[in-house]
Amino acid sequence: MLYLWKKFRKNKVALFGVTVALLIIFTAVCAPLLSPYDPYEQFFEGLTLEGSPLPPSAKFWLGTDLLGRDLFSRLLYGARTSLIIGVVANGVAVGIGTIFGVIAGYMGGFLGWSIMRFTDLMMAFPALLLAIALAAIFSPSLWIVALVIALVNWVWVARVIYAQTSSLATSEFIEAIRSLGASSPRILFRHILPHLVPTILVWSTLGISTTVLLEATLSFLGIGVRPPTPSWGGIIFESQSYFLDAPWLVFFPGVAILLLALSFNLVGDALRDILDPTQRGRG
Amino acid sequence: MKRILIYLLASVFVLMLPMGSSADAMKQGGTMTVTYKDDVVTLDPAIGYDWQNWSMIKSLFSGLMDYKPGTTVLTPDLAESYTISPDGLVYTFKLRQGVKFHNGRKMVAGDVKYSIERTINPKTQSPGQGFYGMIKGFDELASGKADVLSGITAVDDYTVRFDLSRPDATFLHVLGLNFAFVVPKEAVDKYGQDFGKNPVGTGAFSLEEWKLGQRVVFARNKTYHHSGIPFLDKVIFEIGQEPSVALLRLQRGEVDILGDGIPPARFVQIMKDAQYKDLVVEGGQLQTGYISMNVKMKPFDNVKVRQAVNMAINKQRIVTIINNRAVVANQPLPPSMPGYDKDYKGYPFDQEKAKALLAEAGYTDGFETELYVMNVDPNPRIAQAIQQDLASIGIKAEIKNQSQATVIAAGGEADQAPMIWSGGMAWIADYPDPSNFYGPILGCGGAVTGGWNWAWYCNDDIEKAAVKADSMSKAGDEAKRIDLWRSTFIKIMGDAPWVPIFNEQRFTMHADRIGGDDSFFVDPVHIPVNYENVYAKDAQ
Amino acid sequence: MLAFFLKRLGASVGIIIGITLITFLLSFYIPADPVRMLAGRSASQQTVENIRHQLGLDKPLYIQYFKYLGRLAHGDLGRSYKQKTQVSELIFSRLPATLLLMAGAISFELIIGLLAGILAATRRGQKTDHAAMILSFVGVSAPQFVLGLLLLYTFAYKFPLFPLGGYGTLAHLILPALTLGITGGGWYSRMMRSSMVDVLMQDYIRTARAKGVSEHKVVLVHGLRNAILPIITMVGLDIGFFMSGAVVVESVFGWPGIGQLAWQAIQVIDIPTIMGVTMVAALCIVIGNFLADMVMPLVDPRIRLR
Repeated sequence: MLYLWKKFRKNKVALFGVTVALLIIFTAVCAPLLSPYDPYEQFFEGLTLEGSPLPPSAKFWLGTDLLGRDLFSRLLYGARTSLIIGVVANGVAVGIGTIFGVIAGYMGGFLGWSIMRFTDLMMAFPALLLAIALAAIFSPSLWIVALVIALVNWVWVARVIYAQTSSLATSEFIEAIRSLGASSPRILFRHILPHLVPTILVWSTLGISTTVLLEATLSFLGIGVRPPTPSWGGIIFESQSYFLDAPWLVFFPGVAILLLALSFNLVGDALRDILDPTQRGRG
Repeated sequence: MKRILIYLLASVFVLMLPMGSSADAMKQGGTMTVTYKDDVVTLDPAIGYDWQNWSMIKSLFSGLMDYKPGTTVLTPDLAESYTISPDGLVYTFKLRQGVKFHNGRKMVAGDVKYSIERTINPKTQSPGQGFYGMIKGFDELASGKADVLSGITAVDDYTVRFDLSRPDATFLHVLGLNFAFVVPKEAVDKYGQDFGKNPVGTGAFSLEEWKLGQRVVFARNKTYHHSGIPFLDKVIFEIGQEPSVALLRLQRGEVDILGDGIPPARFVQIMKDAQYKDLVVEGGQLQTGYISMNVKMKPFDNVKVRQAVNMAINKQRIVTIINNRAVVANQPLPPSMPGYDKDYKGYPFDQEKAKALLAEAGYTDGFETELYVMNVDPNPRIAQAIQQDLASIGIKAEIKNQSQATVIAAGGEADQAPMIWSGGMAWIADYPDPSNFYGPILGCGGAVTGGWNWAWYCNDDIEKAAVKADSMSKAGDEAKRIDLWRSTFIKIMGDAPWVPIFNEQRFTMHADRIGGDDSFFVDPVHIPVNYENVYAKDAQ
Repeated sequence: MLAFFLKRLGASVGIIIGITLITFLLSFYIPADPVRMLAGRSASQQTVENIRHQLGLDKPLYIQYFKYLGRLAHGDLGRSYKQKTQVSELIFSRLPATLLLMAGAISFELIIGLLAGILAATRRGQKTDHAAMILSFVGVSAPQFVLGLLLLYTFAYKFPLFPLGGYGTLAHLILPALTLGITGGGWYSRMMRSSMVDVLMQDYIRTARAKGVSEHKVVLVHGLRNAILPIITMVGLDIGFFMSGAVVVESVFGWPGIGQLAWQAIQVIDIPTIMGVTMVAALCIVIGNFLADMVMPLVDPRIRLR
């Protein structure tokens, strides 16, 4: 841990990422203390007589949304939605991906072959269409959205883990241990999993960025978390018909999504450089 | 001896026509460009059932009955005159002579019979089939047991006789629907399922060109059976145009009509702009946006709870949220529908009283429920406004936002959706008669699995009144019948299965170079405009 | 080579069939009834059952699926429930728009990727390098719908350089293609930078420099030629990403492609159209991957065919 921190301190860009990520986590946790208003309250004076939202002002710092709610408060609470989905969905995806990747890589044979062909299949499926169809089947709530995203994203993890596990499993080092009579579970948990930890760590960070973007996109299409739960993508979905007159309703949540995705990308990339310089490429 | 009633509505109403004498003065010529975002789905009159193709089909085809342009007044079209037997069971139509299909063939009585049989035939899969249940032999044809409809007879080439199994005052209206429009059998046989892409009718325009996803062009039918119209040589529909782009192009003079209407985001500005606001015509729409409450599900089985909800919703604020593009509603019927009760005050917006009613019903602390809503803006927003109002009387409603098909399916189950906000799927009348606002959406017939009566409301007394009203098809009974419907809908409000929220207004924006009476631009039957009756100023 | 080709072809067919199966199952588990949507609101129970029977939707699921596969083998995608048109006709009327959008996006991602990558590699460690790499991360992290809306606001509304969405001319293509291409541009600039840095340290580059070849020529001719190859092969793998992106970008810009067709079909459970679009999208992805696989060994002889 200390080693990690030392490396990080030298990398200004990664440090920026960590700071932003911590800041967003802080706002999410402390949203009730920081937000000036109830994010759900639709203020009568929050709309003009023609029903237009208000631009940023002293009363409503970032303006109001199309229902007269305080945008700043909704953004703060929206950080919770994004982070919960980011962490949960990505955690589940990494979990499923690791389990299947390890099984396929270590066991090989027909089972391994089947799993990997299934991931081929899932990768040829347009991810967003899959998510839309799943969201249509399960009426979307916070947890369902997280699950849908996990179901779409796990294949990427599975493939990376598979590649690593299978090369480990056939390595001379593991062969040697096996010839000494170690049981499969022992090999898996004592000798293979520890080698996978850096990859899992990197994916747990990088994947949050992908997940947050996918959640925002689903919400933008109107199939994300259920209103009135504040969600950054959802704010843009509700405001897009109005964005020429009220661009702040797209700009502020847009920047928030960007910063969150960016910070985890920067941290994940730095982690990858430190932990596993050989593994580069697209997340 | 049958006493035969003869209507020659055409001569009775000619003085009411807004076009009247000015129509003769207008020259034919010129073109008009209309924009749409979505593809035109089909131009087959038996199939097309969305607001976009509905009017396009009306200008390509015609039927026995039609409406006076810009009004909701029925008038014979392909029929010259008609008679109704005293018992209301036999309708005999004399057809207009010399009407030609776009392919040049003369239209005869057999075509009328064929066309309606085609709509009812299950092989056609027409969404309009159910409108013709009053014609004798419907069940046999609809179930596939017969190939022809025993209730329609082509007496001779220019006489058609309909035998009904029950008197039905809406019969003339359903003959004015697109589903009863006359099509030539040879063209249907020739194109098969692709008839909708190669329409042949007797309407004011014929299809000239159709580039899928890009443009559709209608050309003036030079042998149209009404002389002098249509005025325009061509109507060009440009497809795939974003409403906001279309608006800019209209301002630059490149297009004439916004098929999808003024984009919500630009609405406030346009209406404030002196240069443009005169190009906008406002009119009513035969539409009501409402919340349905499932009377079969607790706690909405208690009328007090339903009344409380009626008093809890701040409808004016919801109208504000959609930029005042609607008027507040207090009853199921929209104001421009015959039978609307303008003296009825509706439930007041009174949250204290609502709470008291809830307490009387035994829900002092409120309750939890679900509100289904279609996931297209602005409906989730409206649902959130409703949710906040419900919360203030203690009802915690969770919003279920889903695709249109899913919400409709949930509403069609007896025990699934306690509340539905109808927006995006709201009832728009098929024909301007109050009956159309009862049967499928408030009547017992619609309160079945898969039906559209999402409130599952079925009141025997009301049903009897409805049946009575619809059997009043005698001449001279019209006013009495409308009165009966008026009082029936107010009685329904006593049971409060719905919270009527608003009636959307239509705002049609047209280029300055397109002229015509305002009523043609907000024609209650033709959306966005009555293509036959508007003209190009530059052709004058 | 032939064996490799056939093996990949077989795998591709397997993937397509698998995708039809998953899509088929998914569309049947959506809790809505396509027949109700089709029959309209005045339909009686009997009408609904008649239509269900006509469409064969009253048969067991597996029979319906095999019938679908049977028709598919004859190249018949069926008719859209909603539009009654042949699904193939619908798709072919919209596919050119999506392919055009992708071509535009590929151009943009390569232009952005190469320029930023080369700039960063030749000024390694300098401010330009850092700025380019941070911007590449911003590009990768920007949600497409936000980017699209902001580009529209800035370059079509505030400064009306481009049309406010729509389809038709080259001017219409720029903003949507840029939106779709920026993410890829971000990735490619990073890849380009690292592969260029590698190449520039090779012996033959040093030799060329020593011989007095100008720095521009070294970078653009010798460096670029070798550094660009791995990136070209990556483009084939982007198709899947574009297919998802198309749904969003087409919706923001009103681009009449198959993404919008798919989205509309899902809204009304138009199963033949959903099936058709998913399959065509998957086909594009598989072809893209296939081409990438075929080109890779030609580009880099170190990769052996398996």
